[in-house]
Amino acid sequence: MPSDVDPALLGRLATTAREIRTDILRMTATAGSGHPGGSLSVTDIVTALVFHELRIDPDHPDDPARDRLVLSKGHAAPALYSALALRGYLPREELATLRQVGSRLQGHVDRKKLPGIEASTGCLGQGVGMAVGMALDARLAKRSSRVYAILGDGECQAGPTWEALMAAGHYKLDNYVAIVDRNGYETDGSTEELMGIEPLADKLRAFRFETLEVNGHDFPSLLSALDHARATKGRPTAIVAKTVKGKGVSFMENTHAWHGKAPSPAERDRALAELAAS
Amino acid sequence: MAEPKKTESLRDAYGAALAELGASDPNLVVLDADLSGSTRTMVFGKKFPDRFFNVGVMEPTMMTMAAGLALGGRTVFASTFAIFAAGQAYNFVRQSICYNGANVKIVATHGGLLVGGDGGTHQMVEDIGLMRGLPGMTVIVPADAPTTTAAVRAIVGFSGPAYVRLTRENLPTVTDGSFQIGKAATLREGSDLTIVAVGALVARALEVAEELGRVGVSVRVLDFASIKPFDEKALLRAARETGAILTMEEHSVLTGLGALVASATSEEAPVPVRRVGVPDVFGESGDPWTLIDRYGMSKERCLEEAWTLLKSRGKVQ
Repeated sequence: MPSDVDPALLGRLATTAREIRTDILRMTATAGSGHPGGSLSVTDIVTALVFHELRIDPDHPDDPARDRLVLSKGHAAPALYSALALRGYLPREELATLRQVGSRLQGHVDRKKLPGIEASTGCLGQGVGMAVGMALDARLAKRSSRVYAILGDGECQAGPTWEALMAAGHYKLDNYVAIVDRNGYETDGSTEELMGIEPLADKLRAFRFETLEVNGHDFPSLLSALDHARATKGRPTAIVAKTVKGKGVSFMENTHAWHGKAPSPAERDRALAELAAS
Repeated sequence: MAEPKKTESLRDAYGAALAELGASDPNLVVLDADLSGSTRTMVFGKKFPDRFFNVGVMEPTMMTMAAGLALGGRTVFASTFAIFAAGQAYNFVRQSICYNGANVKIVATHGGLLVGGDGGTHQMVEDIGLMRGLPGMTVIVPADAPTTTAAVRAIVGFSGPAYVRLTRENLPTVTDGSFQIGKAATLREGSDLTIVAVGALVARALEVAEELGRVGVSVRVLDFASIKPFDEKALLRAARETGAILTMEEHSVLTGLGALVASATSEEAPVPVRRVGVPDVFGESGDPWTLIDRYGMSKERCLEEAWTLLKSRGKVQ
């Protein structure tokens, strides 16, 4: 772990992450549906990317030179919507429209509706491959753009996920970073009970990735891993981010129960009180 | 049945057109999935190796990669056999390409029963239905080499997804290559009956019309290469002016051209429609044109269906 991370930066990231978790709970409760568990687990990863790593500009969302973030686990949309709102891509009040008719905030992220969304995803095993295409495009165009794909761990059961990772390794895409939100749970239960994906890091290494395992809730570790990825040449980087499903809300943590279920207003309020006290 | 004389390869026409486009557009990229010799993308690959990605047996990811490349502003072609492009990769075409509105042109070869020896596993007879059901998808089924060339040039004229279905077999040249997206080509004028055909069966439609013409029946033949968008005007005019329509396709009649023509006419100009094509079954190995005959698309069968329509309209006894 690096010792030279600016404490002020770490403080800002932690505050932002808490804001995003608050938004996730409010949004999904208002919508009455959605995926809070995997949104809360991926929050710190999204925060590290959107508020530190990515070279992006809400005033120029189509700048060809920008970095790309592809949320291959598109169901974690609330986390990304909140981050983009806090970053200036949309008014924060609009978050309340999640999943409503006519909203730009679809249940799964939609690039045609909302600036800042690089790829419409949702069905798993696809964004991870679109990101490979984007990384190849950047290389062909001799652009320095970097591409970050965030995968779910359940998504690592899908064959096409491994096709895409195989391709990133084959093409030696050192501008490509795959980050796995390893929260251990999917819709019906734990990944290892349903269809085990371990040893995940070994699999990624076998697919020619520079592979790091980090605590996905520890900003110094996340930033250090992203630094390492940027310094890695000749091959893509995979970051297995060990996370807690439902992170930050005691009754949502480490269970599949909140994968695809929204909190009731009362549950939301309990959860928000917990976050405020943390 | 012996097949007509002067035939040309649609795949060769595709390979040549692609190489030509590659020379004029440095942003054009081509992907293939281990079939570049058969699909003819190899012609492009040899000329422009830096812009050619042969991804191996990875059709779903060929489609997602194609979408990712296209979202950066490129025109991207992705080719493999129809069974893999429309079948194996269906939901990847749907979400990554169509839902994203990516500028990806899928040119699928080896459509239909004419694949022949490889058998029912590889004879894709559902792809027209699958692809035309996708919002935003343009679907083209050329009848010959000149239309293939024209179609490949036409689909780069707009930004968005397209699916072009080619056959493995060489086909007789029946058009002058004046293909336009959204337009049917009237290959023969007529007033007693219209045959609407696509792909490999357009030539047979002309033979059927010729034969009926010899006994005094006037048959119009429309080449419906542009399946989506389709030429509703020409179709409805044909329905109103000739009063009956026979469709001919080397594809399942459940979801292909026949279904399209029957539904479109029933809403706006209801006339009797009979559909020649593959019934609700899988194909099998065999000589390509023998399969076409055995699976309900023989010239005799087409003539029978035409006579049934003519009788129902009181045009003959």
